[in-house]
Amino acid sequence: MAPPPRSGDAIFANVDRVNAELFTLTYGAIVRQLLTDLEEVDEVNKQLDQMGYNIGIRLIDEFLAKSNISTCVDFKETAEVIAKVGFKMFLGVTASVSNWDPEGTTCSIILEDNPLVDFVELPDTCQGLYYCNILSGVVRGALEMVSMKTEITWVRDMLRGDDAFELRLKLLKQVPEEYPYKDDE
Amino acid sequence: MGREVSESCIDSLLTEIVSSYSTRFYANKPELAARTIEAIGYQVGHQLSERYTMDRPRFSDHLEAIKFICKDFWSELFKKQIDNLKTNHRGTFVLQDNRFRWLSRVSNPILDEASAKDPEALAQNKAAQAETSAAQATSMLLYFPCGIIRGALSNLGIPCAVSADISNLPTCSFVVRIKA
Repeated sequence: MAPPPRSGDAIFANVDRVNAELFTLTYGAIVRQLLTDLEEVDEVNKQLDQMGYNIGIRLIDEFLAKSNISTCVDFKETAEVIAKVGFKMFLGVTASVSNWDPEGTTCSIILEDNPLVDFVELPDTCQGLYYCNILSGVVRGALEMVSMKTEITWVRDMLRGDDAFELRLKLLKQVPEEYPYKDDE
Repeated sequence: MGREVSESCIDSLLTEIVSSYSTRFYANKPELAARTIEAIGYQVGHQLSERYTMDRPRFSDHLEAIKFICKDFWSELFKKQIDNLKTNHRGTFVLQDNRFRWLSRVSNPILDEASAKDPEALAQNKAAQAETSAAQATSMLLYFPCGIIRGALSNLGIPCAVSADISNLPTCSFVVRIKA
């Protein structure tokens, strides 16, 4: 029998961890460098999303291996797992899911604590920058690897004066998994 | 103990910086990619050393500052100290980490002596070429920590150049040359 799924707290307690300052400052230095190199804020948003996507498609393997999560029955369960297990096991923070639409294809992941923005304040020249855009890229990339194509946008951003970070997830297409073999073989 | 994140977070970021700069932004300009990655490290080292030395008296000489990097600074970053410190007493210091964390999952890409010395033989040998690109990828990973050390020392008022030697993986030696 497959081992039972593990909680985000249990996984985070057992993984190798590092000083969050190093992570936060490294991310900050990347954003700053991109702003210098690319000049356009929109282009920086795009590149951060792309970097996140590239990370997400790799990180999903570690996520699945460490969490023992088997197939989620629907998008609702998937979103819960990302918020409760995914954010916890990597960033050490818990997110919550809310604002479902009636069809169960659009929801919000809400983050009240986010190590990426410790020490961060955006200057006026960075209006329009989605500083944490790497996160939406990671989630999008990871979901794509489990056959869910999504569109992710920021609704609330604490760096823009909101009371939390809110990521809006919209399920565009779910490609059913096809096995190249029969179950009983 | 302050806030922590999973080590995969920093590993992923580091891998992604290297791959973005060396294969997407500056694919045909490895030197520019290297310089930019080093600059990102410099920024991080500069800020970290500012934070970690806030409550300390000023270092009396270069050796004191280098010892701080080997002990306290390295421990904050990697939960271990530098294993061996050597100096020629004329401004060059070698900081050796016997198991450098950021290379612990990298396979040994070092070229054998022959192929390194004979570029023509290298060109004829595809396996060797693959090794060369692996070696380049590994050396790209090292610009970031070199930048961190340079940034940290520069914040302590010590301008220097930092390079890395990985001829003996997983041991990694950082060579600090202080500018007179």
